[in-house]
Amino acid sequence: MPDIAKPNWQGYLRADGRKGIRNTVAVAYLVECAHFVADEIVRNFRGQDVHLIGFPGCFPNDYAQRIMEQLGTHPNVGAVLLVSLGCESFNRSKLAEVIAASGRPVETLVIQKSGGSAATIAKGMDAVQGMLAQIADVPRAPMGVSDLIVATVCGGSDGTSGISGNPAAGRAFDRLVAEGAACIFEETGELIGCEHIMAERAITPELGTELTACVEKAARYYSTLGYGSFAAGNATGGLSTIEEKSLGAYVKSGDAPISGIIKPGDVPPRGGLYLMDVVPDGEVRFGFPNISDNAEIVEMIASGAHMTLFITGRGSVVGSAISPVIKICANPDTYRALEGDMDVNAGAIIEGTRSLDQVADEIYDQVRATAAGSATASESLGHQEFILTYKRFDPIGPACLPVP
Amino acid sequence: MSAFLKLHRDDNVQVALRLVPKGSMIDTANGPVATLSDVAMAHKVADCAIAKGELVIKYGMPIGTATTDIAPGAHVHVHNIASRYTATHYRAEEAGLADA
Repeated sequence: MPDIAKPNWQGYLRADGRKGIRNTVAVAYLVECAHFVADEIVRNFRGQDVHLIGFPGCFPNDYAQRIMEQLGTHPNVGAVLLVSLGCESFNRSKLAEVIAASGRPVETLVIQKSGGSAATIAKGMDAVQGMLAQIADVPRAPMGVSDLIVATVCGGSDGTSGISGNPAAGRAFDRLVAEGAACIFEETGELIGCEHIMAERAITPELGTELTACVEKAARYYSTLGYGSFAAGNATGGLSTIEEKSLGAYVKSGDAPISGIIKPGDVPPRGGLYLMDVVPDGEVRFGFPNISDNAEIVEMIASGAHMTLFITGRGSVVGSAISPVIKICANPDTYRALEGDMDVNAGAIIEGTRSLDQVADEIYDQVRATAAGSATASESLGHQEFILTYKRFDPIGPACLPVP
Repeated sequence: MSAFLKLHRDDNVQVALRLVPKGSMIDTANGPVATLSDVAMAHKVADCAIAKGELVIKYGMPIGTATTDIAPGAHVHVHNIASRYTATHYRAEEAGLADA
């Protein structure tokens, strides 16, 4: 039931009808060779909503093209400046067309045609200044939990993640889903051993089959890469079986029925709980599916995530470009050591000073406060991590998004 | 405060929040019982009697099958439960078993 005692907030209404919780100018480099110039432009706007994103590769990749299109039209993004070297393969004109078609201001600077680094940086600063002025009066519209897409990820996990941070995040997810939000969880490689339990939560049997297949694909992929899934150290930490280890990560998805499977860049069609399949299709190529936590965060943002819940035990300090990251610290010692980087102390569950439900409520309240504009710890510190690398995906099958 | 956490109402195990010495009292579904061994942090004890062949439930979901009858308050780990997927490989001397 929606909590009518809590007022909604004012979001940013985009011309395409989507609503954002931030009003950001994205500066995007389209090859590593343009990274420095784009970065120099962004550095001049420290403390303002100007974020650096980009793709480093010189060779074309359909996945990277699509992710950049989805990021350039993300509801938190108001305008985009593209910075190209000039001779890279990235299809910059198509990216600019897609962004322009969404009603957002977009400009492209090509370093080789703009007089080199210094001149492009100067032009870029003017362009961003103009965009900030242009989007300052973007229309506002009331926004509530049912308008939100919320992602979850865990990184730097330890023995506490599975008993404090992840279950608390799962209960917060249940509440968000019940109020109409779309919630995304992922890391299919860490769901090995709970695919059948997960399949039982699918809203149709066909989706259940797809969920199982999705985890089996991850198992094949990781075994080709030579990944072991259960180490002797896990037993020392109290984990008895592979399914127990997987459930510790899986539990952050909560108890809600699973409404569908999406792949990076697919936007959930309605509220509900969605599994993101982040493992590439086809033969193993380009190396690890996601080389670090921010790669998964970027993929969920490309699927429209307004914010990400990040559960950490050892103590990750990252944030993200475009969408805020709420850091939930599972380990009380880590929380004390890195308090300035954390938003929620789920370690209080370990110390017995707060219950799982109390921490879940705190996470829920933090989601609303962040949506209403208050800065998370990583935002205040200026964190804007971003990674995008090569991948290959087939489109999702028809059973992946059943109409309820 | 309790040294144990029951993660889900359907669970038949509880998780230790710190190292708990043998003989400590734990509130279970059927009243207080004493722990039958030392229990390391994040390790599990039985919340009720679990018969051989019964599923062990944590997070409200099965994490394996009991390979022997497990008494309330007993350490539940690699020595008395088995995966329904793949056998767990562990080194007994490092698995945190009190009697190893």
